[in-house]
Amino acid sequence: MNEWSPLSGSSRARPSEVAPRLLVGTRKGLWMLAANAARDDWWISEPAFLGHIVTHVVLDPRDQRTLVAGVSTGHLGPTVFRSHDLGATWTEAARPPAFTTDEALARSLRTVFWLTPGHASEPGVWYAGGSPQGLFRSEDGGDTWAPVSGWNDHPEWTTWAEWPEENTPDGSLLHSLIVDPRDPAHLYLGMSAGGVFESTDRGGEWTPRNDGLATVFTPEVGPNFFHDPHCIRMHPLRPDRLYQQNHCGIYRLDRPEHTWTRIGDNMPNAIGDIGFPIELHPRDPDIAWVFPMDGTDVWPRTSPDGRPAVYITRDGGESWTRLERGLPERGWLTVKRQAMTVDDGDPAGVYFGTTGGEVWSSRDEGASWGALVAHLPEIYAVEPGVPLS
Amino acid sequence: MLVRIPTPLRSYTDQRAVLDADGHTVAEVLFHVDRQFPGLRFRMVDEQNQLRRHMKVFVNDESVRDLETAVSDADVITIMAALSGG
Repeated sequence: MNEWSPLSGSSRARPSEVAPRLLVGTRKGLWMLAANAARDDWWISEPAFLGHIVTHVVLDPRDQRTLVAGVSTGHLGPTVFRSHDLGATWTEAARPPAFTTDEALARSLRTVFWLTPGHASEPGVWYAGGSPQGLFRSEDGGDTWAPVSGWNDHPEWTTWAEWPEENTPDGSLLHSLIVDPRDPAHLYLGMSAGGVFESTDRGGEWTPRNDGLATVFTPEVGPNFFHDPHCIRMHPLRPDRLYQQNHCGIYRLDRPEHTWTRIGDNMPNAIGDIGFPIELHPRDPDIAWVFPMDGTDVWPRTSPDGRPAVYITRDGGESWTRLERGLPERGWLTVKRQAMTVDDGDPAGVYFGTTGGEVWSSRDEGASWGALVAHLPEIYAVEPGVPLS
Repeated sequence: MLVRIPTPLRSYTDQRAVLDADGHTVAEVLFHVDRQFPGLRFRMVDEQNQLRRHMKVFVNDESVRDLETAVSDADVITIMAALSGG
């Protein structure tokens, strides 16, 4: 069983009355934060995989018991671990994600960077994105993985992906694999760098979806690739609506349109529209949250002017409101692309983890904030655990 | 022959630091070890059968990266996680 310690001296609830609500992947292991249904009594687990790099850990929404985690260390190759008891025990995948042996490009997977559960109608299906930018699929709950050949061996892959030179300092990344809740064959993915790509045949063929995206790091706007989406989200209740926090702005796309609209132009000029995460309200497709970062000069990637704030739009990006109550007046915070999330509460809880090892939470959709925990290692991912409802 | 296991891989070997394994090459020895302790090999050798960047293998006192290096029963193979990190 998980061992829970109360946070901030709160201990009204007993451990048996709390459930893992947040899954926190860090550069040095995995921690879970548990809470009661009111979200006013929080507990923290002992670390799992202490010393291991946990890039992503995701709860399977289809059974609400299974966790899948992407794990590596500085020395050892990447792998996947699975838990069928909400993190009490873990088992390594029998065949972790890997490129095809003896393939012409001789790619070697360094990182399992992103995990996405498959469609509700396909229990056991998972997708994994990696570095280099491969896509992998499991049909047995993450125990054995196979390359998605339609992507990894696509004739344009070497053009679309960062290959063979990987210019992203921490390696090229495949992320934001999205499965359309209406159609298990309809997929999107993002690549940093590379762009947004869409498949309508379960990953067999892919089409770039980058019209309208700006680039500030290329000599000219032109190709339908070489873009840098940082995080892409589809609203589950309006799957034609996509939001994107890009290296070059915040965007929205309402399919079947093909051209992204830069809704970040409506952010204050002094703040800009650069960041890593973007998160959506569980019930209202017009509400989204971002955590702006400084994208000027050498790109500090910290809160603009050292004044941390979340920004919310309630009208699909037509306008944005600053949310800072409870956050430090000065602070140079960085929040990575998987490190912000939203729960299913009403009002929705919003959470983010920083590279400085703090997890911040809001129970009122971002109006006010408090620190749940500090002094964790560098946080890579904060994902929702057991739903409140 | 004896195979010495570094601490980062001992979760696979029931914390055993030294194993006994067979093979005519380093690659064969590592496959033999992996049959005893599934999963260990992939953490140190990638899908293209290359030793991972920060892993080292010594045959006696000689560092080798060619996994087809011949070995004999009298050799001692030492797997090492190179000193790095933080």
